[in-house]
Amino acid sequence: MRKVVVLGLGHTQFCFNSPKTGVEMLAEASVEAILDSNLTPQDIQSAYIGNVLGTFCEGQATISQFACDDIGCLNIPAVRYEGACASGSIAIREAFMWVASGFYDIVLVGGVEKATAMGTSLATRTFCMGTDSKYEFGTGLTFPGFFALLTRLYATQYNLPLARLKEQMASVSVQSHKYGMENPHGQIKQEISVDDVLKSMPVCTPLNLHDCCPFSDGAAAAVLCSEEAARKISNKKPVYISGIGLATSGKMTSQYKYLPRLRARELAAQQSYQMTGFRPEDIDVCELHDCFSIASFIAAEGLGFFEPGTAGEAWEKGAAAIGGKIPINISGGLKAKGHPIGATGVSQLYHITRQLRGELAEDGVQVDGARIGMVDTLGGDGCICNLILTADGV
Amino acid sequence: MDYKLPFKEYNKALRKNKLLGLKCIHCGTITCPPKMACQECKGLDLEIVELTGKGKLLSFSTHYIAPLGRDNEIPYTVALVELDEGPWLLGNLIDINPRKMDMNLIGKQVTTAGRVFPGDTYSDGPIARPVFSIVE
Repeated sequence: MRKVVVLGLGHTQFCFNSPKTGVEMLAEASVEAILDSNLTPQDIQSAYIGNVLGTFCEGQATISQFACDDIGCLNIPAVRYEGACASGSIAIREAFMWVASGFYDIVLVGGVEKATAMGTSLATRTFCMGTDSKYEFGTGLTFPGFFALLTRLYATQYNLPLARLKEQMASVSVQSHKYGMENPHGQIKQEISVDDVLKSMPVCTPLNLHDCCPFSDGAAAAVLCSEEAARKISNKKPVYISGIGLATSGKMTSQYKYLPRLRARELAAQQSYQMTGFRPEDIDVCELHDCFSIASFIAAEGLGFFEPGTAGEAWEKGAAAIGGKIPINISGGLKAKGHPIGATGVSQLYHITRQLRGELAEDGVQVDGARIGMVDTLGGDGCICNLILTADGV
Repeated sequence: MDYKLPFKEYNKALRKNKLLGLKCIHCGTITCPPKMACQECKGLDLEIVELTGKGKLLSFSTHYIAPLGRDNEIPYTVALVELDEGPWLLGNLIDINPRKMDMNLIGKQVTTAGRVFPGDTYSDGPIARPVFSIVE
């Protein structure tokens, strides 16, 4: 396999009620990524696009081909990938394969969503389509509900009083909102306190509004290419995709005794650790899937950063902040940066690449000396994708 | 190869308060809700069995935000139960005021019945879901 480089990056504003269409957001992020790569649209050989709900948001399927046509990437293979909230990351994984194999040299990855156009009721209904339509949706289970169930399981499993666990969970949202203030593309610019989280309205007990990420509009994109092509195109210091992992699982109850741990994440992480030879302690910075506060604990433990049941304490002590053991979600995470689901994985890639390039000092959120970064994205009941990026290759 | 217990049959039985599962001929594990393969040994040789519906409450969440068309159900409680026969089952916890629910409920014994969600624009028909009642 050839080494694969992340060349240029593009990112739109993440927001509520974007005045732009999904095609426009995707096209704008894509052109930004292509220009940042010192390329033109004609150089792109193929496109891999994460998008989940274009059909419901705007009545738009195959958003990939319209955006590519708009930006002058005429007639290329441009395909939409769907793995619920992990769609962007699985599109990256797919693009990686095609470049690593030698079939293509220069490809575009992107993701887009315009979820706020649906309003909360329809958005909630369509997100539920990531659960099992026959054996789960009948109960009215939503995704905050899914993680609310895991919250009580987590409290029982690790013998934590629920009130104590909720305080720990609140510290995740507090940290994300703090860093989100520094992200120019972020959706929510508001510092909050533990008390604000605990007193926000209940969504699915025991999760409150501030335990949950928002519905979002936005797009992100990147150009991937072979190491050889990168040398010819750009003087920029390359960032490599060195490890990838993807695993899935079925309905929640299929995982029964394993819960609240999520097996697909642990398997996906093992794949990328094995591919790179790295261990959790080698990772300098991580963007993980904090769709709900408790999800951050389950993710950070599943990736091997903390022992099961201890992530809450770690967050409270600053272990997930800059200067801590493993800085996590310095972009503001899904909670504050926003979560336009098809775009999220690509947005995580964007942020980690910039950390490894050392470009975030100006924003005050650079993790000093970051050389190895990780992306973790979770979709639906269990489509979990993992990337390890490196500044030096492996 | 056909499903031993397709959704249609499982659904029909649950509407009549009968909970069906699958017993693996090879390892004896009970799988419920049904799948094509045993959820432990992946064996395909399964037989339909009727389950007692008795189990213990593992987790629950009262929903205050509902999907489109289900606002009239708020607040409703989704619950996770470990059945006496082994499998975990998702359903709704009923017959108890959501305001009175707390962690003390975890571990309580429950019984199971069926109740029908009539379906919506995006469903292809009515769906029976398990409902759990705490055994006092």
